[in-house]
Amino acid sequence: MTANWPILSLVTFLPTAGAIFIAFVRGTPEVVARNSRMAALWASLITFVLSLALWIDFDHTTADFQFVEVHDWIPSFGITYQMGVDGISLLFVLLSTFLTPLCILASWEAIQVRVREYMIAFLLLETLMVGMFCALDFILFYLFFEGVLIPMFLIIGVWGGPRRVYSAFKFFLYTFAGSVLMLLAILAIYWITDTTDIPTLLNTKIPVAAQYWLWLAFFASFAVKVPMWPVHTWLPDAHVEAPTAGSVILAGVLLKMGAYGFLRFSLPMLPEASAYFAPLVYALSIVAIIYTSLVALVQEDMKKLIAYSSVAHMGFVTMGTFSGTVQGLQGALFQMLSHGVVSGALFLIVGVIYDRMHTREIARYGGLVHRMPVYAFVFMVFMLASVGLPGTSGFVGEFLALTGAFQANTWVAFLATTGLILGAAYMLYLYRRVIFGELVKADLKDILDLNLREKAIFAPMIVVVLWMGVYPKSFLDVFSPSVEALVGRYQAAQVVPPAKPVKPVKPVVAQRLAETK
Amino acid sequence: MDDNGFLLGPALPELFLAIAGMALLMFGVFRGEGPRAAADTGRGLAAAANARVVSWIAIAILVVTGFLVSGGPIARLSLFSDMFVSDAYAGFAKLLILIGSALTLIVAIDYNEREDMGRFEYAVLILFATLGMMLMVSANDLISLYLGLELQSLSLYVVAAFRRDSSMSTEAGLKYFVLGALASGMLLYGASLVYGFAGTTSFPALAAIVADQAADPPFGLIFGLVFIAAALAFKISAAPFHMWTPDVYQGAPTPVTAFFSVAPKIAAVVLLVRVLIQPFGTIVGEWQQIVIAISVLSMLLGAFAAINQTNIKRLMAYSSIGHVGYALVGLAAGDENGVRGVLVYMAIYLFMNVATFAVILCMRRGGKMVEDIADLAGLAKTQPVLAAALAVAMFSMAGVPPLAGFFGKVYVFLAAVGAGLYVLAVIGVLTSVVSAFYYLRIVKVMYFDETAGAFDRPIGGRVGVVLAISSLFTLLFFVYPAPLVNAASVAAAALFQN
Repeated sequence: MTANWPILSLVTFLPTAGAIFIAFVRGTPEVVARNSRMAALWASLITFVLSLALWIDFDHTTADFQFVEVHDWIPSFGITYQMGVDGISLLFVLLSTFLTPLCILASWEAIQVRVREYMIAFLLLETLMVGMFCALDFILFYLFFEGVLIPMFLIIGVWGGPRRVYSAFKFFLYTFAGSVLMLLAILAIYWITDTTDIPTLLNTKIPVAAQYWLWLAFFASFAVKVPMWPVHTWLPDAHVEAPTAGSVILAGVLLKMGAYGFLRFSLPMLPEASAYFAPLVYALSIVAIIYTSLVALVQEDMKKLIAYSSVAHMGFVTMGTFSGTVQGLQGALFQMLSHGVVSGALFLIVGVIYDRMHTREIARYGGLVHRMPVYAFVFMVFMLASVGLPGTSGFVGEFLALTGAFQANTWVAFLATTGLILGAAYMLYLYRRVIFGELVKADLKDILDLNLREKAIFAPMIVVVLWMGVYPKSFLDVFSPSVEALVGRYQAAQVVPPAKPVKPVKPVVAQRLAETK
Repeated sequence: MDDNGFLLGPALPELFLAIAGMALLMFGVFRGEGPRAAADTGRGLAAAANARVVSWIAIAILVVTGFLVSGGPIARLSLFSDMFVSDAYAGFAKLLILIGSALTLIVAIDYNEREDMGRFEYAVLILFATLGMMLMVSANDLISLYLGLELQSLSLYVVAAFRRDSSMSTEAGLKYFVLGALASGMLLYGASLVYGFAGTTSFPALAAIVADQAADPPFGLIFGLVFIAAALAFKISAAPFHMWTPDVYQGAPTPVTAFFSVAPKIAAVVLLVRVLIQPFGTIVGEWQQIVIAISVLSMLLGAFAAINQTNIKRLMAYSSIGHVGYALVGLAAGDENGVRGVLVYMAIYLFMNVATFAVILCMRRGGKMVEDIADLAGLAKTQPVLAAALAVAMFSMAGVPPLAGFFGKVYVFLAAVGAGLYVLAVIGVLTSVVSAFYYLRIVKVMYFDETAGAFDRPIGGRVGVVLAISSLFTLLFFVYPAPLVNAASVAAAALFQN
């Protein structure tokens, strides 16, 4: 039905159209605020519905890019405006379009100043996020990848907490410093291969000698974005100071941009270097998982705790990615999607009580279950999903990632598993301190449970989390062909095959290779 | 060229500009003293009205010259015993110079009237400076190079000190003059050395001689080349020849600073590129290290020295030093891609700088100009459109996509990476992160800080139009970059075919 539409461009630029519309809303400040909220919600909802059409029309049997659009852009440089999705990127597009309306709903009452600008920033952010996952040209990708910094910088800086200026600068400069090195790597790739076209590059061999430097340049950018230990320090600051919805997008989508970069570029384009540096990534991932879990255990601030848990969870993602196995990659992807929803929901959960009490200090709460039973239930679902309880989305991702890591390196898997235990410890500890116990604090005595708007935010998220946990097949099916093709290319490129080749993969590899030839 | 019909055809824009400039000077003089003006309410008002009329005519002259340039021959043609050359490269640069001059002249009209600088000589001087720049970029001989450069410089010294009753402005003019004279002296010394060792001042002849001796160029020739490069580095305010820039930028009246930061800078960069590529193109190795050193120093200085500035004009001075450093990254590559990068960079730099200065010209509170960065506080609340325009310019200067400044950087770094100058490219991108800090600081002051009170309104239609043009260019360049990039490619290619 959508065969001839430029549907990816529509999904990408519809929010921009909404933002332009909001820019021209006129009237008294109250009218502007109300209309901006409504317009932003509708724009993001329509975008979401359109992106569902992508999912429905998506062909699950192929690893090729679909819905491809190509237009000339900078001819003398051979750069095209090229959009397309495969199994790896499709679900991230959906994640972005799914979270944005929820963020706008979550900001409905929390944001009272400069509502118009806020909504414009969020819609532009959505355009940039979706565009980044769809871009099939390196320069175009970089454009979206870096462009995200501008709205996010403003969202943290204008609507953030007391230390917002420091955090906004730290966020911007950290990510900018990493990304400019990636830009040089992209330019170097252009000179080596004479193209910036991603589908072509995926099937182009880059000389091994050049790969190591390029890999490090990409790593500088993506590791900061993921973030990996030790360049994760911007994340707790940014999360704590950002407004709730900003944290949701930051944890839900922006962190995934780094891991997506590893999956899309580092692994398939620089396979030898990826294998060479995999131990480094393992080491950093293990440190991230164990160290940041321990750090999370002693946090006094709820947002900071969840921020550190994000670093730990993303450690599983990088570990799974660089295991170079089908299970590891599937696990990494699944964990990213799951973490996108779960950590987003956890930040919203903190936001709910922050809106009421204006504090995120854990010690200021306790016994909320007596006044807020629905809230306690919602919190429990996402807490358990974050811990990785079977039946929730968190379990599938972590299990697959660990399986993949186990095939590549037993010790890595062993050490990472301790992170699961620590994860359970800090989340349950948090839950106990906030929800259980006697309700003794005087100012909590008349706290109100979730209202209808808040229930409407959490309901779809709970559905998704349980759906992903109970029937992961509907998601795994989407990215399986692409992941298998990717792993096939990755392992074919290794001069010495990995110590424990994955048996089921082999026939698929041969088949994929035959198709691509 | 003889069968071109009209013998002076290739120089038509310059001839027109020269004659029109002189006619306008006469017009201004006689009209200002005429009976109609005397009958006006007062001499000051009459002078101001005269200045306004002359300025608009000057802008019209610049526009007509622009059409003459764009309608002129694209093929390479030389004139006046090979002293003057007209090619696509010069044409591209001339259009940029004319656009820069016209835009900064438009924003100067209101300012000059308001600040009691409404004298018609301003517009005429800008015209002569522009003529000098056009001759510079068309120079095909060291003599004509010097003539164009001096015509430009002398006009600039005067406009720098145009506000006669301000000690800052006169100091700026004097400082600029003394140091500029020193640079001119160095240029002449270098040129005489080159002449002494090569026996000619003509670029094509020099190119042939240099190519002959490329394996072992005479020491005196290199010596002369170094002096010429140093003198031109002074003109483009590249470190370590930048000392005059912050003081002159801060002291000169704001529209003059706006003008300084675009047109003369573009002309000097384009000239430097031509001098190094055409006569000395075969000894890239000899001058590449100079360009790399100057470029690195400029980028570092532009990044670090700007951090602590509180005056926005001074900040823009350091910023412009940094931008020249980036443009020189392209020149360091020394090939066609590099020259294309320089041209694209300067074109984009022109628009984002004009946008920034248009906002600075709106910084007026209680009828007086203010120049501190702190005065911008909370601008996003009081004047959101103005704040958004400046924010776009700042993010663009920092090189954040999708704004125009990003593409400028992409093209120069593309050339640097292609030429194997990896270290230079890495230094370049890292300094751009440092400089992002102070550009962000301006955004922070406007968006995150409590308001310091609104600026005077209205900002003025003329400034508004210039601001809109330059901001929209900066913001929307990414939508359709092909025309500019293609024109720059053609221009760069023209430089390499002799």
